[in-house]
Amino acid sequence: MVKVDGSGGNASLIKVRDLDKTYRRGGEEIHVLQGLNLDVDAGEFIAFMGPSGSGKTTLLNLLGGLDVPTRGSITVAGDEITHMSASRLTEWRARHVGFIFQMYNLIPVLTAFQNVELPLLLTKLSKAERRDHVETALSVVGLADRMTHFPRQLSGGQEQRVTIARAIVSDPTFLLCDEPTGDLDRKSADEIMALIEELVGKHSKTVLMVTHDAVVAERANTTLHLDKGVLVEGLQSGPRLTTVGGHA
Amino acid sequence: MKFARIIFANLKRKPIRLLLTLGSFAVALLLFSFLAVVRGAFILNDVASANRLIVINRTSIINLIPLSYRDKILRIPGVTYVTHYNWFGGIYQREENFFPQFVIDPENQRQVMPELVVSDDQWNAFLKDRQGAIAGAKTAERFGWKIGDRIPIKTTLYGGGAWEFNLVGIYHGKRPQDDDTQFWFRWDYFEERIPQEVKGQIGWYVLRVKDPDDAPRVAKAIDAEFLNSPNETKTETESTWIANWVKQWGNIQVLILTIGGVVFFTLLLVTGNTMAISVRERTSELAVFKAIGFSDRSVLFFVLAESITISLVGGLTGLLLAKLLMPVLAKGLSSILPILILSWGILGLGLLTALLVGLLSGLLPGLGAMRLRIVNALRRV
Repeated sequence: MVKVDGSGGNASLIKVRDLDKTYRRGGEEIHVLQGLNLDVDAGEFIAFMGPSGSGKTTLLNLLGGLDVPTRGSITVAGDEITHMSASRLTEWRARHVGFIFQMYNLIPVLTAFQNVELPLLLTKLSKAERRDHVETALSVVGLADRMTHFPRQLSGGQEQRVTIARAIVSDPTFLLCDEPTGDLDRKSADEIMALIEELVGKHSKTVLMVTHDAVVAERANTTLHLDKGVLVEGLQSGPRLTTVGGHA
Repeated sequence: MKFARIIFANLKRKPIRLLLTLGSFAVALLLFSFLAVVRGAFILNDVASANRLIVINRTSIINLIPLSYRDKILRIPGVTYVTHYNWFGGIYQREENFFPQFVIDPENQRQVMPELVVSDDQWNAFLKDRQGAIAGAKTAERFGWKIGDRIPIKTTLYGGGAWEFNLVGIYHGKRPQDDDTQFWFRWDYFEERIPQEVKGQIGWYVLRVKDPDDAPRVAKAIDAEFLNSPNETKTETESTWIANWVKQWGNIQVLILTIGGVVFFTLLLVTGNTMAISVRERTSELAVFKAIGFSDRSVLFFVLAESITISLVGGLTGLLLAKLLMPVLAKGLSSILPILILSWGILGLGLLTALLVGLLSGLLPGLGAMRLRIVNALRRV
């Protein structure tokens, strides 16, 4: 279930209330998000759409604890993250969030295996346990045979798969995808979206995705539209978007 | 350590830049070692004994003092042994073959200078042969001398002509800092051959006192004894005497410290700039590290670990090179600076300096990386 009117119950995995984000540029205040409410249950796959500057990425950054709101609250799995200290927020991110970026953002001097292993270095897992987890994650994304390859030896689609493996390897509470197919051709984009669908369908992951691409957005269970900092229901055409109350 | 792989992977990112930075560290530490060794050779504090005093003519060391002062000095309470020296200043074969030649008093030489060791057999041979001479091990090695060799030394101060000596012994310093380049021969042989007007005159006295704490009183007493005489004396502890001797060379210490400081500062700029560039190139990567849960401190640690690793590897390479090249330098400078020692102290100080430079040069870019705002850094991609 996804709600944008603040009427969601305590069972929601992600609960956003009266969220404002204002930037100051020169002497001018820019209201990127204004009074935004959102409730997301576990296992949802949401696409955020909207024109440039509508606040999609800002919302994603706030949900991921990369930025702090000007006002309002975000609660994830019972943890209110908006008032956490920077160091607690860092620890929280490590435990709860998997990031998938448009430009992959892999570390070029590390192999696929080492890139995927990075989040696990922050845990108390043994070397053997880390190896097991990394191999499993790379198998899920279909790159078990590319573990020793460096990013420069992989195609764009494969790099994004490694990024997805890195995002899921520590089994986070939810995944945040910022234009995950924005730098890929259509075929690779389809493969990546199929993989994300599989993570939601087969592995019950909660995924929040920002995209400009309506075709990609259609793969989500729910699409929400952001316009001038406000989350708007049902502006997008299509059977899934007429309601934001659950899987269409 | 599980993070070592990340640190080394980052270090190897630009191999040529890494090699050049390591090279700059190695060269700087090599230079640092050489400067420290040369500075040490000028200071010579370690050579001085706390219970030795030097007595020279108050006018200057080149003015002589009567031999007759010896007995008067010995009568001063607290003095245990007195010996005396003259500077010979001769030339062996060619001028560039310089080594210090001293006329010594065989009676008390070994008691006053116990750190310069000659075997009893060789010392007895020296006592038996008026033309006998004892050379320091380094000088003997330098010219390939063996016991029994006849050594001709041309005098420049005492009427010209060559004086012939029989090499009967070779002395060794007990400690690395002891001077093994001197050449000794007997006072009675010297006295016999010098012109009448300088007979009975010695260059300087060296004496031992019973108690080092009593040395200032003994020095005053000696100078008071010869006050208002035709040859007033100036008595100093050996370390003060050496320090005054060094002053004649100008302020070497300031010169060396200045050069060392410039090297250190240049190195700091080079490595600081390299680290800053390296961090700037990786802004988005550092942001990713922070996004996935690495703390600000971890990011600072990565940057510092890289700069300290570079400084340690480069520094150790430079110090190793210094250790290997020091014998070559010592040989080349042996006639000017006989005591060149690359001590553990210098090596330790060099390593500490390298560490400090590594730490400082990584600190600023590291703090920048630590304060990096993830959202801004990711936007730059």
